[in-house]
Amino acid sequence: MRTVNSLIGSAIERREDLRFLRGRGEYVDDLLRHDLLHAAILRSSVAHGRIRAIDVSAARALAGVHAVITAKEVRAGQPDNGIPRVPMRLQPLPEFEPVGQPVIAESKVRYVGEALAVVLAVSAAVAEDALGLIEVDIEPLPAVADRHMSAKGSALLFEERGSNLAIKFHALRGDAATTFKNAPYVRRESFRTQRHMALPMEPRGLLAQWDAARGKLTLYGAAKVLFFNRRTLARQMGLPESAIELIENDVGGGFGARGEFYPEDFLIPFAARHTGRPVKWTEDRREHLMTVNHAREAECDVEIACMRDGTILGLRGHAYVDVGAYMRTNGAVGARNIAQFMSGPYRIENIDIDVSLMLTNKTPVGTYRGPGRFETDFFRERLLDIVAGDLGIDRVELRRRNLVPHRAMPYPIATITPFESKDELDSGDYQTTLDLCLREIGWQEKSKLAGKPIDGRYHGLAVGCFIEGGAAGPKETARITLEPDGCFCVYVGSSAIGQGLETAFAQIAADALEVPIARIRGVFHGSTSYVSDGYGAYHSRSVVMGGSAILAAADNLRAEIRAGAAKRLGCAVAEVEIVEGDKAVGPGGKSVALHAICDGEVSAEGAFLNKKHTYTYGTHAAHVAVDPKLGHVELIDYVVVEDCGRIINPRTVHGQAIGSVVQGLGGAVMEHLQYDAEGQLLTGSLADYLIPTASDFPNIRALVLEEHPSPINPLGAKGAGEGGIIAAGGIMANAIADALSEFDVEPRELPLTPSRIWELVQAGKESKKPA
Amino acid sequence: MSVRFEVNGKQVEVDVEPRMTLADCLRHELRLTGTHVGCEHGVCGTCTVIADGAAVRSCLMLAVQAEGSRIVTVEGLSDGEELSPLQKSFRRHHALQCGFCTPGMLTTAHVLLSEEPDCDATRVREVLSGNLCRCTGYISIVEAVLDARADYRPKDRATGVADKP
Amino acid sequence: MKMPPFEYACPTTLSEAVALLASHDGEAKALAGGQSLVPMLAFRLAQPALLVDLRKLAELREIKISADGVRLGAMVRWRDILDDRRLDTAHPLLKAAVAEVAHYQIRNRGTVGGSLAHADPAAEMPGIAVTCEAEISVVGKSGSRVIRAAEFFHGPLMTALAADEIIVDVRLPAWPPGRRWGFQEFARRRGDFALAAAAVFYDEDASGKARNVHVGAIGVADRPLRLHAAEAVLNGQFIDEDTIGKAEAAASASVNPQDDIHASAAYRRALVGTMVERALKAARSREMG
Repeated sequence: MRTVNSLIGSAIERREDLRFLRGRGEYVDDLLRHDLLHAAILRSSVAHGRIRAIDVSAARALAGVHAVITAKEVRAGQPDNGIPRVPMRLQPLPEFEPVGQPVIAESKVRYVGEALAVVLAVSAAVAEDALGLIEVDIEPLPAVADRHMSAKGSALLFEERGSNLAIKFHALRGDAATTFKNAPYVRRESFRTQRHMALPMEPRGLLAQWDAARGKLTLYGAAKVLFFNRRTLARQMGLPESAIELIENDVGGGFGARGEFYPEDFLIPFAARHTGRPVKWTEDRREHLMTVNHAREAECDVEIACMRDGTILGLRGHAYVDVGAYMRTNGAVGARNIAQFMSGPYRIENIDIDVSLMLTNKTPVGTYRGPGRFETDFFRERLLDIVAGDLGIDRVELRRRNLVPHRAMPYPIATITPFESKDELDSGDYQTTLDLCLREIGWQEKSKLAGKPIDGRYHGLAVGCFIEGGAAGPKETARITLEPDGCFCVYVGSSAIGQGLETAFAQIAADALEVPIARIRGVFHGSTSYVSDGYGAYHSRSVVMGGSAILAAADNLRAEIRAGAAKRLGCAVAEVEIVEGDKAVGPGGKSVALHAICDGEVSAEGAFLNKKHTYTYGTHAAHVAVDPKLGHVELIDYVVVEDCGRIINPRTVHGQAIGSVVQGLGGAVMEHLQYDAEGQLLTGSLADYLIPTASDFPNIRALVLEEHPSPINPLGAKGAGEGGIIAAGGIMANAIADALSEFDVEPRELPLTPSRIWELVQAGKESKKPA
Repeated sequence: MSVRFEVNGKQVEVDVEPRMTLADCLRHELRLTGTHVGCEHGVCGTCTVIADGAAVRSCLMLAVQAEGSRIVTVEGLSDGEELSPLQKSFRRHHALQCGFCTPGMLTTAHVLLSEEPDCDATRVREVLSGNLCRCTGYISIVEAVLDARADYRPKDRATGVADKP
Repeated sequence: MKMPPFEYACPTTLSEAVALLASHDGEAKALAGGQSLVPMLAFRLAQPALLVDLRKLAELREIKISADGVRLGAMVRWRDILDDRRLDTAHPLLKAAVAEVAHYQIRNRGTVGGSLAHADPAAEMPGIAVTCEAEISVVGKSGSRVIRAAEFFHGPLMTALAADEIIVDVRLPAWPPGRRWGFQEFARRRGDFALAAAAVFYDEDASGKARNVHVGAIGVADRPLRLHAAEAVLNGQFIDEDTIGKAEAAASASVNPQDDIHASAAYRRALVGTMVERALKAARSREMG
């Protein structure tokens, strides 16, 4: 009798919770080693300058300090006497070569926070004491504080290059020039999104151990893209990949920022080899704010062309992304996405958008959940509400008229150059999520309140549609072993960052192997020793890529088991059936227990290769009440409806949606990394960089559907986890505009803080005063 | 300096520098790593422990100030292998994802429910507003805490008391 | 962000504490609840040679209520104030303000004395002290003295305290029944420092006109302020829409806030007016029990 499972789709409680709830998670800072040295990093307090001298003698002499590493020691310790650079992982174009970040500053510093020296001491406190004793002589240079100064070019970050422009991407489709020339209606607008960041609750950390006798390096605290990082580190340290093991511990959130290759990912292993002792480094929050990838700082100057009935004909314009001082591993992704995904889920046949990546003396950028998508969704959805107002068309109708229809799928979107990147929307009915969302929020009823003051507050509504790209290829690998006691262990190249992989993948594996979930002993993720080749967790790919790889591994394992059983039973492989997950049965009912089939372990790997993206899609709607005197926005109701193709665990995907929305709301109204004209980061603590708390947004609902599976993978799944954040900025801005329409408030910039909203209201009042 | 206090029912004695925080002392001297450190300046709440019955930020307490105190950490919230009713409620409601803020949420909620088992959602949100979470968006955490109220009310209380939303 | 090294002492008497503070040439600091001081040390913005922990000074933990008013010992915690039912009537304005202080965990350790000594311009307790014309008793190596709240706060994180002086208690004048009061605060998020806050109270004469009006503003200057211009508009008048509007305008006109990363100067200026307006409206409509 075959057991037919349906664990996929069931809301089982998470396995990971058992250790997290008891405080028995093991995060990297929880690790202890005998003979440990603690690292502290001296960071530049100058945004742009030439390093004249660095004197570490007093630091070295401090009791408890074991060593101090500067660029000099790095060069001396490297086989090629060079200073390694952080490589580009995504879009590694030759243009980016000269602007890669050296792992430690040597001749110049280019942002506040750039590493100057590493102190190794008996405790983190002593190491930090020693930082205060290091003397650095930096000749300050004018700071390139924003993209305008960057464009002006009077101060250059890389003198030899002659320009602060890192690269320009171009998104093209159809013929925008002709379209705009002939369009009956064109509207031009400028918008801006602010610099903010992922801010996971756990700061970064690493623990490196160098076994000189065996020439082996072990690095704990890795996350997200371990295999790429191992490859990079091997190259940088002159070691074979097999000599390095990267281990993923429990990870306190990632959201795109944790796990990319940072300078510390070289410096700490180097320090371990340099000192011959295990080295532990835990960043503090102040450091985190100034060194972990920043994101989202973008501006655009765009035009939309439409028919008078609101049908969108074209989109064109220029976008500018402030990418900070260097191009790190994935610094180009956000910018590229701004251009490529400005059209979102809407049918726009003529597109010409370029995006310039401008270097400035600020922390380098990287991806943060929905990179570029949050920004471009805000730009586009604001534009749509403005167009609706101009043309006198209902905001919902305008969207409905322009959503890519179901029958037009797969629908090609703009092509990006350079790094020729074609893409298409895979499947879905965007109208249904729109309808459902409107119904859920009670759009008909609530619209009656719009723009009206009730008890001193103005009510407003907004609705917007989005797409979330997922399932980045090219590959993911999984391995499943059958243990002697009949339990299965699943190993996968995907990384866990809190999204519940250990549970979701156990569900997938149990269904594929047709065994009760209790027979899945565990899902082991991330570490380089688990599979031969892995990629990791990014671009909402884990379920599609990791999950599909698990299906492949399960197939291969079942084939192995049946082959082994056939030998034992003396029959053909085709005659063997696996029954109840614990025995193999041949003709005549002869059976053999699975665990007795081979001596020791039976193991099989599987991989899933993919070149296409999946597109989870949906609609958000919000109802707000704004106090125009305080500038305070109360979120009365927020609904997100998204279709992610196939739901593995409704509990976890729902949790992702809510968490993602709240991050987006933080980006819409409160989060902001602020710099002054000298490139000093003003928001250096959590008292200044504000993220949502439990009292800020209590009324959010998420509905996750699985009506349109993706055709590109055996699970039918699409990535999920980024959709919530993507639409939040545009929605909040539009809802606030709707509420404050009496004051002609048209937000063009995020975040919409109380102060900013109040200023917009005042400006509106001023403009209405009789001359 | 030598400091003596009680942690999770056990007497301990440590020898630490005055500048060591209670958080670091718990984590590194006593190897109770369930209490986490997220900011070291008293904002994020991941370091919350219970000191003499009150929820406090252990990153803002010097270990030497714990002399003679009764400290309870997340490890002390459950007995053996069984999850406490509050922990079970968290699991049921999917009130954690990466788990980093969870110990601080649990200790804070445990004190709140012990003192105010009839608290409503507004009060729960107000109290938890001192604990940052980046993963869940808080809604499931608030639901988990509200759902656990029944476990903190005296057993002999009359049933039929409507639960305030 | 590990703290720099320091010595630590935990005296059992007030005179011992004073002697310790005096002993280190201005390099010693009193440690009360630590909720403000410890973050300063973590950021290495303060590097005292010695911390003098006041936690064993039991005499500093009392809340005394008498005809003289409310006396809060320096080590009284926010939690103690919120738990003390007597203060519901003995000083409801104090209670309302303290309910806004920071967060649950902070209120379990933060103290009255610590807040006054720290003197953050956006903190509630200094604002209440100034609004209510409190008197702060301190003791130092040269003996004890009483400092009026109006003279206590000198600037952001700066007070009249000498390096060897410890706050012993703060006396808020007696609160008569029938007094009308309001406290309004607006912060970016619940528990954050106020972008602006207003504390108001007034008594009514036989005809119902306001007298003895006190209007205090928090968060709009380098120290808490009494807004005398707003008070002048209200004294001797009925508190109604018209006078409240005038008080709002007078409040805004009388302050000179700065731009900062959280808000513009213009916004804060308008906001303090709004806080005064709403505090007055609350005062006027309050159910007097």
